[in-house]
Amino acid sequence: MTISFRLANAGRLGRAKSVRFSFDGKEYAGVEGDTLASALLANGVHLVGRSFKYHRPRGILSAGAEEPSALVGIHRDAERKTPNIRATVQELYEGLNAVSQNRWPSLSFDAGSVSDLASPLLSAGFYYKTFMWPKVAWKSLYEPKIREAAGLGVAPDLPDTDHYSARYAHCDVLVVGGGVAGLAAAFAAAETGARVILCDEQADLGGALRYEQGATVDGQPGWEWAQATVAKLAAKDNVRLLTRTTGFGYYAQNFVGLVERLTDHLAQPSPDQPRERLWQVRAKRVVLATGAIERHMVFGDNDRPGIMLASAARAYLNHYGVAVGRQVGVFTANDSAYWAAVDLKKAGVNIAAIVDTRDNPSGRAIEEARALGIELNLGRTVIRTNGRLRVSSMVVQAKKGGPERTIPVDALLMSAGWTPSVHLFSQSRGKVAFNKTTNRFVPGDYAQACVSVGACNGTDGIDPSVAEAFAAGEKAAREAGAKARKLSRPKAETSESWSRGMAGAAPGAGADAKSKAFVDFQNDVTAKDIRLAVGQGMRSIEHVKRYTTNGMATDQGKTSNLHGLAIAAETLSKTMPEVGLTTFRPPYTPVTFGAIVNHSRGPLFEPTRKTPMHDFAVARGAVFEDVGQWKRAWYFPQGGEDMHRAVDRECVTVRKAAGIFDGTTLGKIEVVGPDAAAFMELLYTNPWQKLDPGRCRYGIMLREDGFIYDDGVVGRLAEDRFHVTTTTGGAPRVLNHMEDYLQTEFPHLKVWLTSTSEQWAVIAVQGPKSRDIIQPLVEGIDISDEALPHMSVRTGKFCGVPTRLFRMSFSGERGFEINVPSDFGRAVIEAIWKEGQKHGACMYGTEAMHVLRAEKGYIIVGQDTDGTVTPDDAGLSWAVGKKKTDFVGIRGMKRPDLLAKGRKQLVGLKTKDPKTVLEEGAQIVADPRQAIPMTMIGHVSSSYWSENCGRSIALALVKDGRSRMGETLYVPMPDRTIEVEVTGTVFYDETGARLNG
Amino acid sequence: MLLIRCPYCEQELPEIEFRNAGEAHVARPPDIANENDADFEKYFFIRTNPKGIIYERWRHVHGCARFFNAARDTVTDRFLLTYKAGEKKPKKLPGAGKQ
Ligand SMILES: [Zn+2]
Repeated sequence: MTISFRLANAGRLGRAKSVRFSFDGKEYAGVEGDTLASALLANGVHLVGRSFKYHRPRGILSAGAEEPSALVGIHRDAERKTPNIRATVQELYEGLNAVSQNRWPSLSFDAGSVSDLASPLLSAGFYYKTFMWPKVAWKSLYEPKIREAAGLGVAPDLPDTDHYSARYAHCDVLVVGGGVAGLAAAFAAAETGARVILCDEQADLGGALRYEQGATVDGQPGWEWAQATVAKLAAKDNVRLLTRTTGFGYYAQNFVGLVERLTDHLAQPSPDQPRERLWQVRAKRVVLATGAIERHMVFGDNDRPGIMLASAARAYLNHYGVAVGRQVGVFTANDSAYWAAVDLKKAGVNIAAIVDTRDNPSGRAIEEARALGIELNLGRTVIRTNGRLRVSSMVVQAKKGGPERTIPVDALLMSAGWTPSVHLFSQSRGKVAFNKTTNRFVPGDYAQACVSVGACNGTDGIDPSVAEAFAAGEKAAREAGAKARKLSRPKAETSESWSRGMAGAAPGAGADAKSKAFVDFQNDVTAKDIRLAVGQGMRSIEHVKRYTTNGMATDQGKTSNLHGLAIAAETLSKTMPEVGLTTFRPPYTPVTFGAIVNHSRGPLFEPTRKTPMHDFAVARGAVFEDVGQWKRAWYFPQGGEDMHRAVDRECVTVRKAAGIFDGTTLGKIEVVGPDAAAFMELLYTNPWQKLDPGRCRYGIMLREDGFIYDDGVVGRLAEDRFHVTTTTGGAPRVLNHMEDYLQTEFPHLKVWLTSTSEQWAVIAVQGPKSRDIIQPLVEGIDISDEALPHMSVRTGKFCGVPTRLFRMSFSGERGFEINVPSDFGRAVIEAIWKEGQKHGACMYGTEAMHVLRAEKGYIIVGQDTDGTVTPDDAGLSWAVGKKKTDFVGIRGMKRPDLLAKGRKQLVGLKTKDPKTVLEEGAQIVADPRQAIPMTMIGHVSSSYWSENCGRSIALALVKDGRSRMGETLYVPMPDRTIEVEVTGTVFYDETGARLNG
Repeated sequence: MLLIRCPYCEQELPEIEFRNAGEAHVARPPDIANENDADFEKYFFIRTNPKGIIYERWRHVHGCARFFNAARDTVTDRFLLTYKAGEKKPKKLPGAGKQ
């Protein structure tokens, strides 16, 4: 049985309920309120992981979000295995199953730790240098091996079964951080009646009061004051308290991202509960009360399990009631670590010695330690430690060298000082300033409406922090519009002072030291690596960072950045601000993809658009394809047909009898107004003024550069009204293009543009029998060839509902496109289908539609054009009004390169073997025997098997294509070269006789 | 996410309601068909791409659908001013040069 390190008379968890959990398969017990880290420590477990590069045994460094070492996997079930969870923030729950990472075969015996012995090979820049050559070995040998050996946890291999939520929120004052400063600020702001959001990453608010034992606020012990203040805030309607909520990103205009963890602490989360919730908060004012993070000491072998931050040991003792050892050493360069020794000593734990690099520290902390009889080693340093899987002793020496003394310890607490957490301030684009007196970076110039208070602002001491925070909270509320009220601020007291300390390598960990003095525990970066990077020419801290990977792990260097900077500065003989601080970027702590994506996954990833006739197509057995957001019927297989058979049948049936097609997805824009025709003249290449009402025209739209942007059939319904169609999915950008010109270039034109894509359901009936099919359903329109010739439009009734009936064709057959109000689409297509069956018609889908149009050489914009194709390239010069003096693209079209020889032109291709179907996108060459790389002269843009032609057909863009009619060209494929003949683009009914019926 | 003030709606609204539409105050030549190559190049291809204040067009596409102009600092992303299409480029910008 493991021995308990839980002390009976320490901490706040008291006689909390026992909670069982397992770590690497072994069962342990903790208590309610524990984190995984405190529970492990209570069981005497310090070894929790192996390091990233050297596989060195690692323990628990901290008691909070800054933890670089104690990363574990939490396995809830087969689907939910979360890697790289910091044991220091994972709350314990009944049955929690944690596993260590980055070790094989076991945590206490890791075969990978030979890389520690081979570590001279693994120094800074190692990845860049060692594996430069040969190139092929990188892919096949080095990279997989490194990936196997190094790395953190294992990604889950099944889809995430949890769901995630998101909310937007607006407030007057957002307070990030719920320590003493954050609580004081939130309280002051809330008292004015302002809308306040207060968030904190921990389950309980109170911050450092969690462990700062001697602090009092308004006469109450600090922690009790914090909980009382929380209760007061919670009772207010104008306050939202968000615990377990990290402010991870600070964006423009006080837009702050928070992530709230809702179920990771629960033994049995309800399936209805989201695991996390993303808050996107827009705050009029932001108060940053993000505190400070204690730095470790950089000395030899400072990474052994059992070596941790002094404040962490205090938190484990004073909050969780856990002693981190029985024989505890302290290595420090500031006062705050003394309080850890004092608290532990008072709780009955033996303090082996305090080693302080300062020669003459003075003050309450030192006096108290002395009074308790703790041995002080002033002006001394720890040069290395011993112990394999747990620290067993520290080796102490005078700063200038001399005899070594080994002091047995089972835990070693360290503190180099406190780094203000300026992460969010820096993300807000505020500029940090270096304070020479205190040797630290603090908020300088602000870029946004925010203020930093307390420890993150470099304010020392609890009462000054409360004073500053309270005033800032009140001011922020007033600036956000709240009324000023006379408020009296809480008064706080403590005997503790946490300022000063050191940054960089401790005495004895200089350039000549042999053992590894770790700066960045998570990426295994040592003081030596930083010096090496500088020695190899890295001058900027950004370069040093990337070369050594210091601060680039998932903890983003919360404990290591300042040390790395100090060592680089020392090596360069510069000051820290001269070398510069690296930029802080979101997120502050890792955020799951789940939270970021939240609801936008699966069917909610993107809207799905279905036509009113969708279910009708489903009932007819349609197979659908995605076209943008649309689901379109692709083909209608009958009696076990495969796609090819179905498409062949549909194509033949359309030309023999008729086919019925859902064309609803076509974009539609209504252009209306006295200047509608003038506007159309400007937006399309074609002439429109003389088009009679009731007639249609195929229109081409260019961009100003002269390239084809869109096309479609346009019907003139009246002098002042055009029914414009666009490509499927093209309607929004075409309308945007039209609006742009109408609003900003041609605002004098009296024209209104309305998107009508969703208003009209469109059913195409194409084929020689089309007129016979629809005849019984049409009311009030003469649809004879004489009265309604090809390219005409009439309004009237169809199946008793209003219609815009187009005589037009995208198949080359006599055809109609029947527009009816969307709600009637389903009923109308059923009526047409009923009639169609009498005439041997079929339903056909987009694939047959594509084949039919290609047989006729009709282009699809975006398939046969690619944004660099002019009307002339596409063989559409006939559609450009020759007498026009202006339209969008008129000048761009005439650019020299667009008129020069050698343009790629649209042509047809026939394979020499009619059975061979070319691949769309395949490249075309003139001479297949030339050396590789060959000169490519074009590519295949459309290619199909045409059952109507009894052969394959293709469209292609080929250099000077129209002057190559009859030429043989070649399409080289991986396994063979295909011979093709250049032809015209029309493969079927070249005279167009069938169009007119 | 930026907040952008639509000069037509007279409201600050989230960026996702808007779409950028390129540099502002680039007028289409009235007799564009007869522009020489150099002038057309200047009109169609050349943009200022400044580090600092840019005058650009935005469209309140998911709101009133109007195009308008804005002066934005490309370094800080801060909007100094938005104004209606057709209005002259402002001579003075509020808070220009400040962070
Ligand atoms: Zn608007």
